[in-house]
Amino acid sequence: MSTPRLQIDGLSAISLRDGDRPILRRVSLAVGVGEVHGVVGESGAGKSTIAKAILGIVPSQVKLTGGRIAFEGRDLLSLSRAELRALLGRDIALVPQDPSTALNPSRRIDAQLTDGLRLKRGLSAKDARRRARALLEEVQIRDPERVLVSYPHQLSGGMRQRVLIAAAFGLEPKLVIADEPTTALDVTVQKQILRLIRSLQERHGTSVLFVSHDLGVVAKICDRLSVLYMGRVMEQGATADVLNAPQHAYTRALLAANPRYDRPETGLEPTPPEVIAALRAEIAAFDARAREAPHG
Amino acid sequence: MEHWSPAATIEAEPRPPSVASRLLRDPKVVCAGGFILVLIVLALGAPLIAPMDPLAQNLLLATVPPAGFADAEPGYLLGTDGLGRDVLSRVIFGTQVSLTVAFVAAGLACLIGSLLGLLAGFLGGWVEALISRLVDVWMAFPPVLLSILLVAVLGTGLHSVIAAIVVIDWTRFCRVVRTETMGQAQMDYVIAARTIGFSRPTILFREILPNVVPVLIALLTLEMGIAVVVEAILSFVGLSVSSDTPTWGGMIAEGRQIVHEGWWVLAAPLAALFATVVAFNQLGDGLARSLDPVLRR
Repeated sequence: MSTPRLQIDGLSAISLRDGDRPILRRVSLAVGVGEVHGVVGESGAGKSTIAKAILGIVPSQVKLTGGRIAFEGRDLLSLSRAELRALLGRDIALVPQDPSTALNPSRRIDAQLTDGLRLKRGLSAKDARRRARALLEEVQIRDPERVLVSYPHQLSGGMRQRVLIAAAFGLEPKLVIADEPTTALDVTVQKQILRLIRSLQERHGTSVLFVSHDLGVVAKICDRLSVLYMGRVMEQGATADVLNAPQHAYTRALLAANPRYDRPETGLEPTPPEVIAALRAEIAAFDARAREAPHG
Repeated sequence: MEHWSPAATIEAEPRPPSVASRLLRDPKVVCAGGFILVLIVLALGAPLIAPMDPLAQNLLLATVPPAGFADAEPGYLLGTDGLGRDVLSRVIFGTQVSLTVAFVAAGLACLIGSLLGLLAGFLGGWVEALISRLVDVWMAFPPVLLSILLVAVLGTGLHSVIAAIVVIDWTRFCRVVRTETMGQAQMDYVIAARTIGFSRPTILFREILPNVVPVLIALLTLEMGIAVVVEAILSFVGLSVSSDTPTWGGMIAEGRQIVHEGWWVLAAPLAALFATVVAFNQLGDGLARSLDPVLRR
């Protein structure tokens, strides 16, 4: 395998507000060229922190304490602010979680779509506008002209998420970070958005880091996945392998917790207490090892 | 990829009415804005519109009551003052000083205050601390005393009045804009803009500023009303323009002395002042509501 597009090695983070509680415990994962890599885990597992660390928007109460994030071999964490800014929006783009707040409420869609194209891709105002229109068509919006002159509050949630996807993929990045892009949407729209991301990703050969708490969503879209619990990667591998033959008890518990529409009598199982106890022991053992060899 | 089902394409809602047509449908904006428009016309066209010379005295026709009252003189619609000058013409000429102060002083205060407020709210850290402490100290001075002191030092005149208002009232803008900017800077859309790698000036002026503008406009029109009042106070105590220029404050001061002989000398400029301030406040309220895309529904 050649150099992966994104390679995270031993990434660790602590919460400064919460008594230096670890958030990420030496997370390592790799996203290959043209690959969709899922990061699944329950809330608080540190999924979003990984996404934020890549984008350089880690909140002030979180501190990265170790590891590296290599994008095409360059360590993002050691870049200057200007260097990172040059990379963001050109090579790396974000599809945010909540489409209702991620668009600027005071600006029309055309202004918001063309900003990135003009400033990061060097397009003229006219070309950017034309490209924005084409992008909206690419994300299956039927009436692009009308959407372009609309304000975000005049669009539905699914529509806004399409606009955000158009904005992200429109910059033709090599890596898209999708941070729970379907969580705020209802289920029917979710499906369309997933298909949309997958088709754009295939067409452009984009690598995607797909963060989600929903194993069902991840199963549909990801080539490979990492299962995260309390900031620790519990299991990693090709999606089919992990889902069909889960090696870790936690993955099995996650699968059992997922609702099954084909078999309504199963699913929605809470994580068994013995699994939680085993997980906590595993985390505690890891923390003890980390204390003994802080940089090992 | 497979075919898209028709449900996958979503149609936009019908095109929203433009901002201008919305503004024209808001009775507040239309009434208050219309009134201020009339004032502007009166101020600009005062020499043509005013029926008489506002300075021409006629002691034989002193304190003539307004039209419709006993002893009213034809041609003096609002009566005359103690020196026989036409009250209506003086009120009309008074709009010149009031509106100049309203627009220039409030505009400058807005410009200075909101620029500092944007910087403080967006940059945070020591910039924010420095500007905020400056505002705190500034606001500790009693405003009326400070303005009188300033005019006393700078000398009377329109420039001094404007300077006094700007120096005192930029803090209002600074405070509100700082808070508003801080709030906006935490919003997802700003974080999203950061992940596209936009520079900080781009984020501040393109992303955040448009969201601060509705508040700013409301504040600006409110400040115009305040500026009109402050100018009237300074005229009232004789610290504004020289006494041969008609001002509402000056007229109120003169009318106060002869209120028992001619109440209208006091009432006319007072009513003009009152209506102007109310109009500015209502206009600000209406504009803020129509310009804010989130409230616009």
